[in-house]
Amino acid sequence: MSEPATTPADPRLAPSEKPQVAFWRDPEKRGYFFQALLFLVVAFLGYEAIANAVDNLTRQKMASGFGFLNQIAGFDINQTLISYSNTSTYGRAFFVGLFNTFLVAGLGIVLATLIGFSIGVARLSSNWLVAKLAAFYVEIVRNTPLLLQLLFWYFLLINMTPQPRDSVSLGLNTYLNNRGLFLPQPVLGNGFTAVLLTFVAGLIGAWLYRRRAHALQEATGQQSPVGLVSLGLIVGLPLAAFFAAGMPLSFNPPELGRFNIRGGVQVFPEFVALLTGLTIYTAAFIAENVRAGIQAVSKGQTEAAYALGMRPGPTLDLIIIPQAMRVIIPPLTNQYLNLTKNSTLAVAIGYPDLWQVFAGTVLNQTNQAIEVIAISMAVYLFLSITTSLAMNWYNSRKALVER
Amino acid sequence: MKTLMKSVALGVTVAALAAGAASAQTLAQVKARGTLQCGSNTGLAGFGQPDAQGNWTGLDVDFCRAVSAAIFNDPTKVKFVPLSAKDRFPALQSGEIDVLSRNTTWTMSRDAAFEFGPVVYYDGQGFLVRKKMKIGSAMELSGASICVQQGTTTELNIADYFRSKNMKYEIVAFAALDETSKAYDSGRCDAFSADASALYADRLRLANPDDHVVLPEIISKEPLGPMWRQGDSQWGDVIKWTHYAMLTAEELGINQANVDEQLKSTAPDVKRLLGTEGNFGEQIGLTKDWAYRIIKHVGNYGEVFEKNVGQNSRLKIARGVNGLWNKGGLQFAPPVR
Ligand SMILES: N[C@@H](CCC(=O)N[C@@H](CS)C(=O)NCC(=O)O)C(=O)O
Repeated sequence: MSEPATTPADPRLAPSEKPQVAFWRDPEKRGYFFQALLFLVVAFLGYEAIANAVDNLTRQKMASGFGFLNQIAGFDINQTLISYSNTSTYGRAFFVGLFNTFLVAGLGIVLATLIGFSIGVARLSSNWLVAKLAAFYVEIVRNTPLLLQLLFWYFLLINMTPQPRDSVSLGLNTYLNNRGLFLPQPVLGNGFTAVLLTFVAGLIGAWLYRRRAHALQEATGQQSPVGLVSLGLIVGLPLAAFFAAGMPLSFNPPELGRFNIRGGVQVFPEFVALLTGLTIYTAAFIAENVRAGIQAVSKGQTEAAYALGMRPGPTLDLIIIPQAMRVIIPPLTNQYLNLTKNSTLAVAIGYPDLWQVFAGTVLNQTNQAIEVIAISMAVYLFLSITTSLAMNWYNSRKALVER
Repeated sequence: MKTLMKSVALGVTVAALAAGAASAQTLAQVKARGTLQCGSNTGLAGFGQPDAQGNWTGLDVDFCRAVSAAIFNDPTKVKFVPLSAKDRFPALQSGEIDVLSRNTTWTMSRDAAFEFGPVVYYDGQGFLVRKKMKIGSAMELSGASICVQQGTTTELNIADYFRSKNMKYEIVAFAALDETSKAYDSGRCDAFSADASALYADRLRLANPDDHVVLPEIISKEPLGPMWRQGDSQWGDVIKWTHYAMLTAEELGINQANVDEQLKSTAPDVKRLLGTEGNFGEQIGLTKDWAYRIIKHVGNYGEVFEKNVGQNSRLKIARGVNGLWNKGGLQFAPPVR
């Protein structure tokens, strides 16, 4: 890998030996000059365009700064992860929308990945029925517009579920009707934080143990009971702490009111429909990425594994998938970005995501089109860039390390 | 160098675009273009609705036809641009439409950003509920789910109403009217709230209109009128006097059928309105016979009202507050003089 000691002298590497020429004859300096000129021209035009636009907009009273964010919003939002009422500010409404976007996009990414990987693998299954079903799923879902799918899921959901009066009880004080799923509201008692902390400690412990086990296996080939120990640390430890703290958790059950169920935690049908739609749609694309990734791994790898006596399961897990990941991750990033951006279709089915709340209602009430759109675009840009960076980092870790 | 030229061209275009939207001569632009760009509803019976052939009907739509008749002596020189509640203002701001005639409530903050014309329909917000819920009053809606369309005054009024009455409710807000009313029809909401006129219109689209009633309470004032961009008072005059011409015609008993005969009238106010005396239309950049054209092609206010939302329509809305001022209503036109 290291450079050979005797590199033949490269003329470009030794500037002092270059013939002396006037700077306008020197292609490199001339290049810089034109780059700088171009930059200045573009900067000037950019400045002029923006200044002109701002000028026009202020004259049309279309842009007047971000002061409106402190004004009272005056409208209500049904699903709010932070406290919000119609006397809160537009700024707070922004955060309500933002968190709702996080919620649906975050969960959507996790679920779409799980389903997408399963379907992708299923498409390559040697079982004819499984492979065909997976192919059918992918083709149907990929070839119909997402908006129609969302409307389909939403209206299916609210038409299939019973009216509030006929709410079905699912046991454990949980009810289902066309207003959503109603769960008992957890009420955290004293000492619950301690339980949470042991859980976090358990997670860290399990991770450390796994690393050690890996190192041990690399060095000596000896295997450790990683699964069992992790289970004990992540589940057992907090459970023990929970009982030790005197079970500091109770539930407020929902109850039937005149129109609907009151109290408890409400999982809105708009949310479920959007999450389902986004997940199922994106999973189909992820499945195709996974299939392509697996097929990119040469058959010889499987044959070699079989020849060594490995069974199909471990072959897939230990040989194929790790190699396929290099091919899968970059397009996977695209799918994550798509899912996040597609979540703006929430407006169609009344889910209060950032786009619905902020670029919809807030823009309309305040008429601050430029500011609102600029903020919204910045948010989606930020989300996309962070996702990309995270995935690039993951990719660089998973990239084939040749030994 | 090629890239440089491209960037320059791009920059110039951007700057030009940014400058474009500001100019104010809407009337001249409309005349030069030969058509009026009219922002209308995506589909609200009685106010603005296209049929399967793309023929538009409605009170708001006829208003644009009247403007077109006044300018071009032809009510068909209108291009209707369907807009949802939340898309309508950006469309007006950006210059995509010349006038917004789409059941839009005149409010102070909207007036601060745009100009409003005379109120062509006085409305108020109401609630539509299922009969079988046996609700007699909006006061009984505590705890209800309510479907509304976002980007409307409805969304705000409802928050006020429930706050002031100290009642709880769950709002479900959709971008489009279609989904709003479908969600209500599917039982997602106990009530559907909108301008009362819209409720009567929308009730007809539900699976079983007779299973639903509009509650008696009207919880807000919704003066609906046309809207245009600020800084163009000439265009504002055209919009205003289109409506006033239709009102004055009704007041003077001039209608589509008798307008030609009325040209022979000797009554001074009839002569001034129809342009057989004076040049009032010319003073606002139109022709003397601007009102004649409107009445001839579109009709007077009463005719347009009855045809679209009144007794000759499916909505059967009574004139009520929308009657002429001298018949106990609020519709009042300044004199043509
Ligand atoms: N007058 C109110 C409401 C106007 C409005 O958009 N109403 C709804 C009635 S439900 C509508 O016409 N929707 C039809 C559409 O979005 O195309 C306002 O100006 O905010």
